[in-house]
Amino acid sequence: MIRLFKVVVFTLCLVPLALLAWRFFGAHPADMTKWGVGLGPNPVEALEHGTGDWTLRFLLITLAITPLRKLLHTPALIKFRRMLGLFAFFYGCLHFTTYLWVDKFFNVHEILADIVKRKYITVGFLAFVLLIPLAVTSTARWIRRLGGKRWQALHRLIYFSAIAGVIHYLWLVKADIHKPLEYGAVLAVLLAYRVFVWQQQSFATRSAVGSLPRKIAVE
Amino acid sequence: MLIKSSGPHDARSSEITPRDLYVNRRRFLAGVGLSAIAAAGVGAKELFSPAEKAMATDKITGLQKSPFSTTEKITPMNDVTHYNNYYEFSSEKDEPAGLAKNFKTHPWTVSVGGAVPKKLKWDIDEVLKFAPPEERIYRLRCVEGWSIVVPWIGFSFSEVIKRAQPLSKAKFVEFTSVNDPGQMPGQRQRMLDWPYTEGLRMDEAMHPLTLLCFGMYGESLANQDGAPLRLIVPWKYGFKSAKAIVKISFVEHEPITTWNEANPHDFGFYSNVNPNVERYHSQESEHRLGEFRPRPTLMFNGYDQVAGLYSGMDLAKNY
Repeated sequence: MIRLFKVVVFTLCLVPLALLAWRFFGAHPADMTKWGVGLGPNPVEALEHGTGDWTLRFLLITLAITPLRKLLHTPALIKFRRMLGLFAFFYGCLHFTTYLWVDKFFNVHEILADIVKRKYITVGFLAFVLLIPLAVTSTARWIRRLGGKRWQALHRLIYFSAIAGVIHYLWLVKADIHKPLEYGAVLAVLLAYRVFVWQQQSFATRSAVGSLPRKIAVE
Repeated sequence: MLIKSSGPHDARSSEITPRDLYVNRRRFLAGVGLSAIAAAGVGAKELFSPAEKAMATDKITGLQKSPFSTTEKITPMNDVTHYNNYYEFSSEKDEPAGLAKNFKTHPWTVSVGGAVPKKLKWDIDEVLKFAPPEERIYRLRCVEGWSIVVPWIGFSFSEVIKRAQPLSKAKFVEFTSVNDPGQMPGQRQRMLDWPYTEGLRMDEAMHPLTLLCFGMYGESLANQDGAPLRLIVPWKYGFKSAKAIVKISFVEHEPITTWNEANPHDFGFYSNVNPNVERYHSQESEHRLGEFRPRPTLMFNGYDQVAGLYSGMDLAKNY
């Protein structure tokens, strides 16, 4: 059953890419002169924004798994977390590639200047780089090698990646901060949930220390 | 009235439809049979996308050619009318086309004030007769990193200065765009400090390249492109070219300009196109709409004739 669900979720995760590709290549993909036309007057921007949006969305969906498991009493959701996180990384790769290739055409000088001087690109680049170790260590083998505790600590980097991603968007827009704030609000709720849980746990630990020593399940 | 086709310059007489028929096209399409439509000269393409064509614009005749025009490939009109940074309507570039459809551009009054011997109020139709209309094919570069080539219609803004006769103490010109939240949904949000204001130094405003614009592609301006009256300053980033102008003031001091006020670090008062000054973005290259390969951005957007206006100025400081 889970296997079937996994196939369904995997396919759904590819839908945004399929839609972008469909709009990019159009009905006649062999005709290069028509490439991008379906994405509107500025296909470069449409690709960049489309892939960026979906990177952020997948980061937020991944971060929603833990709270949803508790709230919906469906611990099995954990089986989808790795796949969703890897899709966040996948769309992040597409986003970064679009910037390097389609937007800047591998103009190294301009790209380096952007990363160093343009703070919204610096923070966006940081958001992307932080995801790399998480993608690399996403296998069961790496969990064993690092040990559960250390692996979990490492994977908290996703919080910082998501924060950096939202700031990247916020600093990019010229005046209308409406949409980045929407992402920011969802992220704030997801992070507030963690803070709340940690506070509960440390409170429980302290009161437990005061009375009977008992093991607290930490997740 | 003209039904937009891919080549607006060579409209055949069979493409010209009476105005009320044109404006009420959808009702018209619903009411008559296919054969009647064919008889009225409406092609199959227009028939299937009537909404796209439902813009009432007037064809402008007697256009003079301009030596300032570029010979570069003109951006398709459909791109220029469906990709608009017009925050008074929306911060989404694909939305002004729809939201501005019913924007009222008549009657329209332009007031002239500040350091002038006599405050003036001009009716738009009066302004349009100040000088013969010229077609000027200009490059326009947005600070966001994209550019277009548009056949604007208008005449040099100096024609306005000539008539306003500003006093010698006037050093700048301030342009105020319309403030009408009832018609402009973007103005109901406080994204920017409305109304939109822009400004030029007097010598910049006097420069023959500075265009008072009321048309494009052989027709009157599309609402989403700043109808009925806007400015085009081709050597500056697009936001310097104020749209839907209702007031022109001649002032002694550098006026407050909207984007500069919103973000003084990124958007300077001068905002000349300059690949060497990087503020909001790297400005080394740009994407011409319709092209994938970025092309290098040129100093003053390629309008070198304005360089003299800034001789002796540090353009890295006065960006």
